[in-house]
Amino acid sequence: MKELKVDPIKNGTVIDHIPAGRVQRVLAILKPRETDIVMMGMNFSSKAMKKKDIIKIEGRELTQNEVNSIALIAPAAKVSIIRDFKVAQKSRVEIPERIEGLVACPNPKCITNAEPMMTIFNLEDSSTRDLACQYCERVFTADEMTHI
Amino acid sequence: MKHLISMRDLSADKILQLLQLAERLEKDPSQIDLSRRVMAAMFYEASTRTRMSFESAMKRLGGEVIGMVGTSGTSVEKGETLADTAKIMARYSDIIVMRHPMEGAARYVSEQVGIPVVNAGDGANQHPTQSLLDLYTIIKSQGTLEGLKLALVGDLKYGRTVHSLAYALAPFNPTFYFVSPKSLRMPAHILSDLTQKGVGFKEKTTIENIIPDIDIMYVTRIQRERFPDREEYEKVKNAYIITAKLLRKAKDNMKVLHPLPRVNEITTDVDSTKYAYYFDQAENGVYMRQAILATLLGEAE
Repeated sequence: MKELKVDPIKNGTVIDHIPAGRVQRVLAILKPRETDIVMMGMNFSSKAMKKKDIIKIEGRELTQNEVNSIALIAPAAKVSIIRDFKVAQKSRVEIPERIEGLVACPNPKCITNAEPMMTIFNLEDSSTRDLACQYCERVFTADEMTHI
Repeated sequence: MKHLISMRDLSADKILQLLQLAERLEKDPSQIDLSRRVMAAMFYEASTRTRMSFESAMKRLGGEVIGMVGTSGTSVEKGETLADTAKIMARYSDIIVMRHPMEGAARYVSEQVGIPVVNAGDGANQHPTQSLLDLYTIIKSQGTLEGLKLALVGDLKYGRTVHSLAYALAPFNPTFYFVSPKSLRMPAHILSDLTQKGVGFKEKTTIENIIPDIDIMYVTRIQRERFPDREEYEKVKNAYIITAKLLRKAKDNMKVLHPLPRVNEITTDVDSTKYAYYFDQAENGVYMRQAILATLLGEAE
């Protein structure tokens, strides 16, 4: 019964295996609508991660693109789409080839930090999670990024 | 080729085409006519050499030049965004040549305007026209880019020019000597990129012993502003002073290059030796920039 610390949902999305402490940052990216019912779990025990956070969104199925947008801060997250209390679909997050407008460039001399414009990063290497800024051309690891 | 923003965008074939066109234009500039074409120079930072070399290139092909140097007295001071300034310039001209202190500024402008954009330096990032004129200078003085031995000397840590040159030459089977003080070594990520590309190199802290071995010596200035610590700068500032005496054992074909301005890193007695080639290098900038302008304006067949 320990699985039921957070109420099961009828229809919607469950995001599991979010690194502990990052649930609020994940929500900030996913931007729940006013009509979404959201349950947040923090510091659940996990075999693989010791501690983890979890999110359940009732009434909304996240698209793969929406899911992938959290890949930089929750690379090991597992996403389940729930229909009528059953898992209808399971997927892992993947860092997209191109990330637009989501993270700030860590280079203070980058033009994206001076002009009213969108950042664009291109995935250089999915194994090391290296991202190259389309503008200043510098390469950063996902962990160096801060979300806008 | 729609814009020239970064050496990373250029294939080896495109580079060779530009080198060939520069050579043709050096022999006979009359084959390209840019009359009634207007180049807008957007220089957010002072730069005499790059700007005047572009102006000379455009004018010698019959074109006109408008522009700004520095932002004082311009709409930029009133708070206009870079995108707006560039969009207006694009209505006044056929090609934009820009220098900006922020990295990526030229790429951004190229996405905002409908005319070709040339990056004439974006902070510490790229300065592709310098890299191309360096390649032109090397091929002109050595007859080939293949299999050369090059010493890159001075500030290899922050020197945008030498980083770019190392990448630009990588496809041509070079051997590099990276000569610098320990505190200004070539960055590790560049060394590992070169190793991956199969490029041979050695790191050195002194220059004397390799002089008989090299075809090109590319000298850069060690800039005071790079050092937080004045004492550290004083220690390394005179580490590599190239004198005529030092060059006595050089090969006949060896040429000394420098992006200029020099301060004291090449003494003036080198100027009259057969090794001095930095003034030719500056002149080559005009031919290479002519080739770039003609290509981007669609006048090179």
